[in-house]
Amino acid sequence: MQHIIIIGNGIAGITAARHIRKLSDHQITVISAETDYFFSRTALMYVYMGHMKFEHTQPYENTFWKDNKIDLQNDFVSSVDTIHKTIHLKSGGTRAYDKLIIATGSKSNKFGWPGQDLPGVTGLYSKQDLDYIEQNSANCKRAVVVGGGLIGIELIEMLLSRNIATTFLVREKSFWDAVLPKGESELIGRHIREHGIDLKLETGLQEIVADQNGRAKAIVTDKGETIDCELVGLTAGVSPNIDFLKNSGIELGRGVKVNRYLQTNIEDVYAIGDCAEQHEAIGNRRPIEAVWYTGRMMGETIAQTICVSPVRYNPGHWFNSAKFLDIEYQTYGWVFAQPKANETHFYWEHPSGKKCVRFVYDTNTRAFIGINVFGIRMRHQFFDKVLTEKQSIDYVMEHLSAANFDPEFFAKHETDIKNAFYQPL
Amino acid sequence: MSPNIINLSVAQHASEQQSSKQKMALAIGLSGLFILVLALVNVQFSNKALWLGISLLAMVVGTIIYANDLYLHHPAGIKNNGIWFKSLTSKGTLGWSISILLTLFYVVIYWYPQYLGFHADKENTGLIALFDPLSALLNGHTATQWFVYGTLYTVAILALGYKFILKYRHSKYQIVRTISVMFFQLAFAFLIPEILAKLNPEKAYFVKDIKNMWPLNYYMFEDWHLKSMLAGGDLGLFMLLFGIAMIFVISPVLTYFYGKRWYCSWVCGCGGLAETAGDSFRHLSDKSIKAWEFERWSIHLVLVFVVVSTISVIYSFLSNNPDQSIISRDQFAYGAAALLTAVVGSIFYFKRASLNKDAQYTLAALGVILVCTLLLNYFWGSANLYFIDSYTLRSWYGFAVGAAFSGVIGVGFYPLMGSRVWCRFGCPMAAILGLQQRLFSKFRITTNGGQCISCGNCSNACEMGIDVRAYAQKGENIVRASCVGCGICSAVCPRGVLKLENGALENRINSNAGLLGNDVSLVAMLENHKKTERKS
Ligand SMILES: Cc1cc2nc3c(=O)[nH]c(=O)nc-3n(C[C@H](O)[C@H](O)[C@H](O)COP(=O)(O)OP(=O)(O)OC[C@H]3O[C@@H](n4cnc5c(N)ncnc54)[C@H](O)[C@@H]3O)c2cc1C
Ligand code: SF4
Ligand code: SF4
Repeated sequence: MQHIIIIGNGIAGITAARHIRKLSDHQITVISAETDYFFSRTALMYVYMGHMKFEHTQPYENTFWKDNKIDLQNDFVSSVDTIHKTIHLKSGGTRAYDKLIIATGSKSNKFGWPGQDLPGVTGLYSKQDLDYIEQNSANCKRAVVVGGGLIGIELIEMLLSRNIATTFLVREKSFWDAVLPKGESELIGRHIREHGIDLKLETGLQEIVADQNGRAKAIVTDKGETIDCELVGLTAGVSPNIDFLKNSGIELGRGVKVNRYLQTNIEDVYAIGDCAEQHEAIGNRRPIEAVWYTGRMMGETIAQTICVSPVRYNPGHWFNSAKFLDIEYQTYGWVFAQPKANETHFYWEHPSGKKCVRFVYDTNTRAFIGINVFGIRMRHQFFDKVLTEKQSIDYVMEHLSAANFDPEFFAKHETDIKNAFYQPL
Repeated sequence: MSPNIINLSVAQHASEQQSSKQKMALAIGLSGLFILVLALVNVQFSNKALWLGISLLAMVVGTIIYANDLYLHHPAGIKNNGIWFKSLTSKGTLGWSISILLTLFYVVIYWYPQYLGFHADKENTGLIALFDPLSALLNGHTATQWFVYGTLYTVAILALGYKFILKYRHSKYQIVRTISVMFFQLAFAFLIPEILAKLNPEKAYFVKDIKNMWPLNYYMFEDWHLKSMLAGGDLGLFMLLFGIAMIFVISPVLTYFYGKRWYCSWVCGCGGLAETAGDSFRHLSDKSIKAWEFERWSIHLVLVFVVVSTISVIYSFLSNNPDQSIISRDQFAYGAAALLTAVVGSIFYFKRASLNKDAQYTLAALGVILVCTLLLNYFWGSANLYFIDSYTLRSWYGFAVGAAFSGVIGVGFYPLMGSRVWCRFGCPMAAILGLQQRLFSKFRITTNGGQCISCGNCSNACEMGIDVRAYAQKGENIVRASCVGCGICSAVCPRGVLKLENGALENRINSNAGLLGNDVSLVAMLENHKKTERKS
């Protein structure tokens, strides 16, 4: 029996713990400084919006951990001594490990903006951030959210639920257009404005201005405009949360450098989840993938490696999903903002302007490459199979109704989509 | 956690504030209610029909204006902002107060109808009298407390059904389903029975709420009810045969194809009220493993009770009225025992593989029923089963299940325990349909590959207290006896993970499914190696 220490009780660390328990009798300790129990970070917004209470974001009952002999410890790991195989805790103690899994997630990006650390300025990542936003909502008339990505739009939706007027500063020409092609990006832009949000495109943050008490009272944009506000949300992306590893001898880049077996340069030390950085990107994936699903998949993989035999981290076809206010988004396979040389994009938008689909396929072979879908639900299994079997776009068009995952009675658009696709130009 | 922080700011939640239009709508609705209160304290209205009309109209119009203002100014989508902040919907003072008022209302209506002004031997007074004109119009008689209750119940389903439709107007499934419960309540539970009563002046009870079936109308096979049907001419005989066909043919077939939702969230009046008036409270159901354990005990006990007591009642009817019966009591007893043996046997034979806790409970319950039935036949004296008169048994049951549970706790506790307390813990109909849904039905909720982010919106919204997320985050289909197929879990899921489907029986229960996303062979390896994880 070995002692396995996991730093971080997010989806990556907890998935690893659960699967190690399923596969072995190792002693498992999970250490985290954020909360006592695993909760779903993706649900933080719903707590603020009053849809759920914080305890509802915890997927397992509190007795689960004891029942499965997974020890939880609420503490901050201040450093790792890889020579003596121990970790040092902020509370003072040390603990020895046989194997160490680093799953410390991310922290919000701050790009050195003047005033970025003032009271009244916050990111949205942790439970502490949530509490901070809650505390600072009391007298908030207007808030400014900086950074148009997935977390930014969630913060916007949260503030909206409390009737707080919001200004949304987005540096790009169109919402999230580094990832979304024009059609989708504009569709979401319209939807954001439909909710009465002051969306300022091609606008960046210059500085945050303090009042006489040293609290944020306004921001200045890079166009020189001053916007009064009581709360500033910084949601310009996240980066790995690894400062405590600086002098540990573990190789760091932006994240903890790992090979395909999720091993670091030091024996018996592994990294998974948001904080792990692949030496070489896998396929079209980025070296750091800060999404829920990859954290989960790395957790599954590492358990196998530690308990049974080393396996490579070998994620399947890319997929992701999100929700922009009222519009759901799913994607399967690869869809880039700009078509690559060999790719053809086909875009269909519903007359309501609230649903759309984009198909990407190889211009020459007609092989299906990927799909973006907004306002319609699609079946993951279907596209996973299509991608594995390397089916053509024509196959997908023909079987579109099998791909549909909308609830019963919902309007069907397959025929319209198909007709539009095959319509002679 | 920092609960004090949360509490501090509750006072300023925008979601607690109402627009002036909403306040006006509230005022209109409350004045409608106030007219009823005036009637209750015996204010004499000169024109009862007019004032009743004004009162009901005010409540309906108030609700409509309120709902329009609440929902139509925002784009269609999930509208759950602040449900865990508002006093009414998060077990706050308002929630408790409403719960107490509703409970008292049920106590009065069941046991002290005279306080409402109902008098069997003289003219009605008070609230009941206000409903006399409407009652006369529909069924030709003066009102009873049940007529008043039925009217208010129907009005609540219609008005709050409208609100529900606006709230979920982006979901056609929700719209269609709600129109269905509104229609069945208005037509089949309210209007048609009243009008039939007018056309059949002998006032046989068997025409009451003709969409109800055994065991929800637990009196179906009681002496007086059977007799009235048998003596009720063609219509009576039709209702008896229809009732029996409903139990043994129509209901099983529909449940096989669509799951129990065809009844519980499309037709049933209790379900109808839960889905419309109770919608604001659905998230209050208890999702804990303990609650689930309790549910299995209680619902299976209800199942045993209702079957055993029904069999004993029919048995005693056959004993006492051999002339009115087509079959003898021995034939009946052995027939029932044979049927039960067949059911237990086939469950065991076909479902061995999936005999988890659910099914074990069910089998145990059926076994107990079987033994009781046989004992019944051997030890039957006059009309006594285990020294208890079977009608006493029935009336206890009528009290415990029919009145105390379905009304007082079932509706009275909406704001405390969620909208489906009765459906989950006490409804014998739900028990039987659930048993079938779990074992012999094409219905399941499918999860979408690896898309679940474990957010918990689905579990939170499930009025039956099912921890939907526990299945979704493992990629398992949700096949649960208690699921009424309301579809709200699917509606609130922000990642499009859940779909209510009727599909092939094969692989319907896939508790070994791996989540999609990772290397396929790894997922298979993990599943092969795994030791059992407890209570996940
Ligand atoms: C608001 C929000 C919404 C999101 N929505 C989605 C979504 O819809 N879909 C999606 O795919 N992804 C989403 N994400 C991203 C997703 O949540 C993350 O990718 C995922 O949670 C990362 O999991 P993890 O286990 O790697 O790290 P984390 O969940 O960050 O867990 C790491 C834990 O380790 C703790 N920790 C760090 N350092 C130490 C230390 N030195 N000592 C002790 N403890 C430490 C941290 O406090 C934290 O609790 C969202 C993220 C946010 C913030
Ligand atoms: S599981 Fe979903 S469909 Fe079934 S009762 Fe719960 S919320 Fe309704
Ligand atoms: S609501 Fe959807 S994403 Fe959230 S836990 Fe349920 S199934 Fe998963």
